[in-house]
Amino acid sequence: MKAISLDGIMAPFAEGHTVMDCALAANIPIPHLCYLPRCVPHGSCRLCTVKIDGRFASACTQPAMEGQHVEIDTEELRQLRLSLLRMLFVEGNHYCPSCEKSGSCRLQKAAYDEGMLDLHYRPWYPKREMDASHPDILIDRDRCIFCELCVKASRDVDGKNIFGISGRGTDTRLVVNSKSGLLADTDISAQDRAVEVCPVGAILVKGLGFEIPIGKRLYD
Amino acid sequence: MIRLATCSLAGCFGCHMSFLDMDERFLDLVERVEFDRSPFTDIKSIGKCDIGLVEGGLCNEENLAVLKKFRENCVILVAVGACAINGGIPAMRNHFSIDECLAEAYLDGVGIENPQIPSDPELPVLLKKVCPVHEAVRIDYFLPGCPPSAGAFEVLLEALLKGETPELPRNFIHYD
Repeated sequence: MKAISLDGIMAPFAEGHTVMDCALAANIPIPHLCYLPRCVPHGSCRLCTVKIDGRFASACTQPAMEGQHVEIDTEELRQLRLSLLRMLFVEGNHYCPSCEKSGSCRLQKAAYDEGMLDLHYRPWYPKREMDASHPDILIDRDRCIFCELCVKASRDVDGKNIFGISGRGTDTRLVVNSKSGLLADTDISAQDRAVEVCPVGAILVKGLGFEIPIGKRLYD
Repeated sequence: MIRLATCSLAGCFGCHMSFLDMDERFLDLVERVEFDRSPFTDIKSIGKCDIGLVEGGLCNEENLAVLKKFRENCVILVAVGACAINGGIPAMRNHFSIDECLAEAYLDGVGIENPQIPSDPELPVLLKKVCPVHEAVRIDYFLPGCPPSAGAFEVLLEALLKGETPELPRNFIHYD
């Protein structure tokens, strides 16, 4: 069977697999936020950046090829991941103490894992609109990291095509595919994969906030 | 003896309360350090210190002045807690203008009698935006958490008192 080297460990792969698929199958962790198995990857968060034969590439989009030498856990890549995480934090409004997702947030966990103690950069404090129109689901755009997991899950898994990312640069925002632009005017349900898949506290089911006590949450 | 100063800027004193949660270990600490300016001593002006712990972000000009004094006088300055590190809960007012915030608090809020915006000259002028302390001065170390646990304070100070670089274990890193 064909194999690639992941930090010196030979990991087999099947035809069509990416470096990320290969690492997950071999139980070798590569930090990631926007990757979702069985959905087309687009490498937007860049957190899964690795070095393949000396060149930077996102593990989720790079096809595995015989003989590749992949570096994952190096000081250079750890520093890169730390910078990426800090940028993700400063370009949104991530107030963990008041966020219902705190303790179960994948962005937060990734930052803990990389030992992020400070922001380093200047926070942007962007002004973004909240959508509380739906009786069961809340969109808090302050926390959105534009990973597009909800876009993919709604389109490819739920078959509803409710979410999209619109605008460019600092104007990038999560939009809702309804005439009013409000979530209340869609057929979304709290059981949808698009809701469950949000890695941060941007899409939340109402009435469940702070249900799990501190110390017992997913990543405590 | 090592001199230690602490202050709370735009914070809630929760970090100081958590510091005191060291309980009996705090007694060992006061044998090894002398507190300078701090809410614990009620000393109002800072002298030359080895370590300064800053809780809270910057929301007014007094915060900025105190922070600059701490930087001038402390060899090592540590940003303590979520507000010092990213502005924290007070920074949620950054979505609104100062006029909107003052109007909500003193004019239009529920149950306000004799509505007026305070204008005493002794009151510090509000900054347009609440911001973290690293935007104004160089910070040597960061202790995240809302608040950081007593154990985290202990790990930090134990290393600093030995002249070592603090290494916060994974289980002490949290943002809430």
